[in-house]
Amino acid sequence: MQLDFSSDLSNVVKIIDTLKHKKGALLPILHQIQREIGYIPLKTIDTIAKKLQQTPAEIHGVISFYHQFRTSQPGEHKIQICRAEACQSRGSRELEQHAKEHLDIEYRGTTADKKFSLDSVYCLGNCATGPNVRINDELYGRVSNEKFERLVSTFKTQVKGR
Amino acid sequence: MMNIKMFIPRESTALSLGAHDVARAVSDYSTQHKTELNLIRNGSRGMFWLEPMVEVETSKGRFAYGPVDVSDVPSIMEDITTNLLSKHTQEHRLALGLTEELAYLKKQTRLTFARAGITDPLSLNDYLALDGFSGLHKALAATSQEIVSTVVDSGLRGRGGAAFPTGIKWQTVHDAPSDKKYIVCNADEGDSGTFADRLVMECDPFMLIEGMIIAGLAVGADEGYIYLRSEYPVADEILQEAIVIATKEGYLGNDICGSGRTFNLEVRLGAEAYICGEETSLLESMEGKRGVVRFKPPLPAIEGFFGKPTVVNNVLSLSAIPYILSQGGQAYQQYGANRSRGTLPFQLAGNVKQGGLIELPFGSTLQSLLDDFSGGTQSARPIRAIQVGGPLGAYLPTSKFDIPLDYEEFTNASAVLGHGGIVIFDDTVDMLEQARFSMEFCVDESCGKCTPCRIGSTRGVEVIDRIKYDDSRAENMILLSDLCETMINGSLCAMGSMTPIPVISAYKDFPEDFHLPSNNAVLEETNHG
Repeated sequence: MQLDFSSDLSNVVKIIDTLKHKKGALLPILHQIQREIGYIPLKTIDTIAKKLQQTPAEIHGVISFYHQFRTSQPGEHKIQICRAEACQSRGSRELEQHAKEHLDIEYRGTTADKKFSLDSVYCLGNCATGPNVRINDELYGRVSNEKFERLVSTFKTQVKGR
Repeated sequence: MMNIKMFIPRESTALSLGAHDVARAVSDYSTQHKTELNLIRNGSRGMFWLEPMVEVETSKGRFAYGPVDVSDVPSIMEDITTNLLSKHTQEHRLALGLTEELAYLKKQTRLTFARAGITDPLSLNDYLALDGFSGLHKALAATSQEIVSTVVDSGLRGRGGAAFPTGIKWQTVHDAPSDKKYIVCNADEGDSGTFADRLVMECDPFMLIEGMIIAGLAVGADEGYIYLRSEYPVADEILQEAIVIATKEGYLGNDICGSGRTFNLEVRLGAEAYICGEETSLLESMEGKRGVVRFKPPLPAIEGFFGKPTVVNNVLSLSAIPYILSQGGQAYQQYGANRSRGTLPFQLAGNVKQGGLIELPFGSTLQSLLDDFSGGTQSARPIRAIQVGGPLGAYLPTSKFDIPLDYEEFTNASAVLGHGGIVIFDDTVDMLEQARFSMEFCVDESCGKCTPCRIGSTRGVEVIDRIKYDDSRAENMILLSDLCETMINGSLCAMGSMTPIPVISAYKDFPEDFHLPSNNAVLEETNHG
């Protein structure tokens, strides 16, 4: 179950306090917040800024620069399709199309049932056995349209929890 | 009771094809059949079409099976017990024979990848048994200048793509007076078609750690960072564990091997930004900022991480160091061609039957590499184009496959050897679409600091679209070639200045995909060489 931070920022404060001694602590902090909450709620920006003695604009600028950081709640499972050249040469353009149709969303979208978010990624380092898909932290190689559907249905029926 | 020692990789490619499930099935089988199983989760040998590859130790050496599916496990286990262990024969249809005898491995010169796939990546004993940390002991007995000179002698050049002499970079940091210096490992391996860095980190992490400690001793740095792309969660996990082990055993920390010297190491994760593979952008990112490139000079060797002298080296550069220190600069230098010394781990990828890691001395050709290793395309269709050196590298037509794999030879051919990624495309590829993708990639990944890259890439996509739909095609081709020239000459870093390389190669070497005659006069005038 994802944590609800709508009213309580105490865990975010704890994360910042644990990591802020690091040199260049902002990325480790943002990673940890996203790991625990699933995204970086906009309301945490002021807290991060204050604690690191930076402006909220600076923090927001960093969040928006990196593809990985997001400020809205993602689906329960994060699906990423590699769209780099090595996967293209093995059919990823077709897979991308199929995935969007199958889930009925575009990149950076989340399915209506909040089960899946779909994103692209440039290279998962599995370039001899593409097309590649990453679901959460698991990597899947040689993903055909059929295999993609199988994976989606496996995750769909999985018991919620993390 | 029968005792079986088996190896199943815990490396990303093998895992992506079901290695965990195979390992579980092997365990279950041995429990049911009451065999005593010693299952090692090793790294990968880098023969990806055979993954998951399962190996079994015998008195004659390790025998392999692959690619293994869970459903093959019972029959393989039977073959092992009834044939392999008693008679040293294999009858299974997935039997590959002695691993070391496989042609794909025998034809290579593995200096950096000598241990990959052989050892358990987190076994310090395995590492020590195969020459591990012997380079470090030599370094501890040498002066810092002697270490730097050994690296200069080796002829090693940066394996990240820029090919700058590593020894010279170290010398600069060594000579820079400062109370604090850093070693930063660039593990933001973002080029499509490359996975050698990942393999090092997942299959032989102590080698990278050793290389970084030696770098620290050489330049007088006591702190190191590995900037790792977050797309590599398995590498992250293995590196973190390896650092804990190396610290516990006294290789990292405040008293390296009892020498009184200090080196501490930490992994920092990127956040899906290709530009952070550019060294100054990487440093900005490590400082907790947007990964916007810095103007050079000052070089990071003078003013790097938080303004301090910093060595920024690629994973492969640092991983070559233990061998160089252990065997000497000359031993490494004897491999290679011209000014490209030593070996390069090539990565054969894309539409290929036998993709994988191929470490060879510089100087071979693309064609011979294809002949010796590729086995043709996965689709069984003819090869039409090969992109070498990542998304900023040229697409080579078959007529250029005989260029020697050497930094200067590639540069002379307007191509890029880069990090050694080789991505194969068959004859169904549309080169206009690939050119468009190069520009689109730059739109997504530009840091936005300089105009030619930030705006030029967007205009590039638009111009290519107009060419695609035959909207004033001839005029737009001139526009495209002018735009490429502006990006090449006006961009601050390689992202903007090299994005045109694949684009130009696409329209010059594959003009038919742009509906141009092959002797197009417009193109003859522009983009020479």
